[in-house]
Amino acid sequence: MITSKENRFPASNSPPTRSRSSTVYWIAAGIALLGLADATFLTVAHLTGDDAVCGSFAGCSTVLGSAYATIKGIPTAAFGALAYFAVFSAAVLAAFRYTRARGFLLTVVAAMFVASLYFLYLQAFVLHAFCPFCLFSAAMTFLLAGLLIAVPTAR
Amino acid sequence: MKRFLPFLIIGAVALLTVGTAAVMYWVKTRPTPAPQAGTAVAATPVEAPENPSLHVRGPRNAPVTLEIYGDFQCPSCALASQAIDELQKEYKDKLKVIFHEFPLEMHQHAAAAALAAEAATVQGKFWEMHDILYQYQSVWSNATNVNYLFESYAESIGLDVARFRADRESADVRARVLEDGKGGEARGVKNTPTIFINGTELRTSFSKEKMRETIDAALASGNKP
Repeated sequence: MITSKENRFPASNSPPTRSRSSTVYWIAAGIALLGLADATFLTVAHLTGDDAVCGSFAGCSTVLGSAYATIKGIPTAAFGALAYFAVFSAAVLAAFRYTRARGFLLTVVAAMFVASLYFLYLQAFVLHAFCPFCLFSAAMTFLLAGLLIAVPTAR
Repeated sequence: MKRFLPFLIIGAVALLTVGTAAVMYWVKTRPTPAPQAGTAVAATPVEAPENPSLHVRGPRNAPVTLEIYGDFQCPSCALASQAIDELQKEYKDKLKVIFHEFPLEMHQHAAAAALAAEAATVQGKFWEMHDILYQYQSVWSNATNVNYLFESYAESIGLDVARFRADRESADVRARVLEDGKGGEARGVKNTPTIFINGTELRTSFSKEKMRETIDAALASGNKP
């Protein structure tokens, strides 16, 4: 029988590894926060019909006003915000050595990575326009994926 | 205590995110402050229907008036315009639509498009130009020589192109666009599309369903514009 304490502190993890691993998860949580702020801002801008968020970026409003900006009437950015919040939560739990959170974190980041590739494809080849906020979000996702892949202790 | 710390952090971030989003939403959607004295346009929800310079589509005595402040280069406006066209077919004589120019500076060719639409108005073909500008928005938005394209549109809707070209440059046409823009600003318009249905600003969504819902409510309440 596995107790909750055993689950949180697996015997296989040596203290130095845990420490380095925690740092990686805290960095991941920080990146997720940046993504969360970006996606939340875009969600509110969408809900309020604020087209001015694009400023002078050509093509930005083409992306934000496109059919891909909503999924079943819900702003696509809202799904992004939820995903970033899930990543943040999982990263914080992983940093506190909740081992189950690590698998969840990798799964969510993998899904976000695929979604980001799809959205980049849409911007480049379907809409022929780019939105800086969407590019920032993709960059955050790629950073997260890179961080979790590159640092062995995070896997 | 340490056991609960991660959950406290997650909860705090959740609250902070929801709170910030709610404040941002409130700031962007709160009612516009009362207009200053002298801005008569702002005091009335709908400009006098008798004003011949208004771009009106539909019967003048329709029970519901939908006003849109639009920018021809704004993709959301193109989508809203399409939805409005469909609604006008649906509601027939119960709905009239008024278009106000509100070209945004951030759109490179929006002002030129507004001038083209107003130049078409001089020859009585505003709505034809309005429709074609939205129809080909993705084409001219990325073009370098938009005036050439606008002239081709003018020709295709049967305008005298030489006159259209001259009118586009005229002070009267420019003044007409500026007048609409100032009228919008006085009513608190900041972005496009901004839609008023019987004088009430439509917020949060410009979907056909939302507009239909508001039109139905206006018809049911008998709230005349």
